[in-house]
Amino acid sequence: MQERDRLAHFEHLVVPHMPAAYNLARWLTRNDHDAEDVVQEAFLRAYRFFDGFHGGDSRAWLLAIVRNTCYTWLEQNRRPSLSLEESLPEPQSADPSPEALLLERLDRELLRRAIEKLPPEFREAIVLREMEGLSYKEIAAITGAPIGTVMSRLGRARSRLLQLLTGGSA
Amino acid sequence: MNCEEARALLTAYVDGELDLIHSLEIEKHIEACEACRRSVENQRTLRFAIERSSLRYEPTAAIEGRIETALRSSAPPNTRTQRGRWPWIAIAAGVLLATFIVGRWPFGVQPAVDNMVAQEILDSHLRSLLPGHLTDVQSSDRHTVKPWFSGRTDFSPPVEDFAAQGFRLIGGRLDSVSGRTVAALVYQHRQHSINLYVWPLPGAPDASATSTARQGYNLIHWTQAGLSYWLASDLNAEELQSLATLLRRALANASAP
Repeated sequence: MQERDRLAHFEHLVVPHMPAAYNLARWLTRNDHDAEDVVQEAFLRAYRFFDGFHGGDSRAWLLAIVRNTCYTWLEQNRRPSLSLEESLPEPQSADPSPEALLLERLDRELLRRAIEKLPPEFREAIVLREMEGLSYKEIAAITGAPIGTVMSRLGRARSRLLQLLTGGSA
Repeated sequence: MNCEEARALLTAYVDGELDLIHSLEIEKHIEACEACRRSVENQRTLRFAIERSSLRYEPTAAIEGRIETALRSSAPPNTRTQRGRWPWIAIAAGVLLATFIVGRWPFGVQPAVDNMVAQEILDSHLRSLLPGHLTDVQSSDRHTVKPWFSGRTDFSPPVEDFAAQGFRLIGGRLDSVSGRTVAALVYQHRQHSINLYVWPLPGAPDASATSTARQGYNLIHWTQAGLSYWLASDLNAEELQSLATLLRRALANASAP
């Protein structure tokens, strides 16, 4: 393929997913500047590997590369606050009562901070499901985790968020 | 289904990812089990709160421009790679990842196409909300709206009203999606405007409804009897889904012999 056609094809198929790519990178890096660098690097990588993309879901393909780039970045810029999934305590068996939730009055910033506190595997599950509206199957393809794991991460992420938002111990 | 079995599936139930049989079993279980019912309610409330809070981060125009420039100057990639900033190990890992993904890719090409159409639908929906743009023909009478389209389109969009179910037809207009003229029917549900886009896809097989959330709006798409349908609204996904179900049922009845 001519280089010009290749670029045009890439711009047509992959570049339109920049908002989803940026949103995922921003939530994983938790910072504007790093998100911008990671997204740029991910796009250059995606373009380099574009010949290996033989059709399919270009958004999921790009998001898998963005995620991979983010995790490489997180490895290189490890912060003490990054806890691993395994270090999380099991969620409490009882859910908080709906009255205790008061989600109607829930502040947007409070919600944002609670999601930021989640470990990256849980955070990305919430971002991909609730903000990008992706199916379990698509999330599984992006994160390389089995569908059952996607489900249990989402379940645990939500339990954890509910605990954070209702002031329960977690 | 006992409580332990149910708990393992509640998340998938809330997300609409369970098959019908398990969904029904969960519904039966939560009628009797308060703890599980509460968990479902809490998860739904949380989902709604996240959706309503529009927590997405948007890239700035500056970063979009920067990436476009970087892409253009990186072409052709085999003569000028970006090897400075990233160690070879990361690139090798990327190659492995890409091979891995391509090797087990479970989707067809259609989702990517649908995804681009989805963005156009959403753009069109947002345009239609500007003052004076929503309807060309304003009528809740389907016998007024339907003839309006004939002579203006090369196909006849089905026009149904569901005022009794809370979805009032308020009119229609011509719009443009992917460079072709499409019919847009406009419904009102409480204060929410809903656009239903219709255009012919000759020979396309029927496809069941899939929904996506995008920038705080919900979109539902399906293909039925050679026509492509898209619903777009800021209405919540569940209620929009119920309109999709009403439409699909009415269309199936209409095309039945």
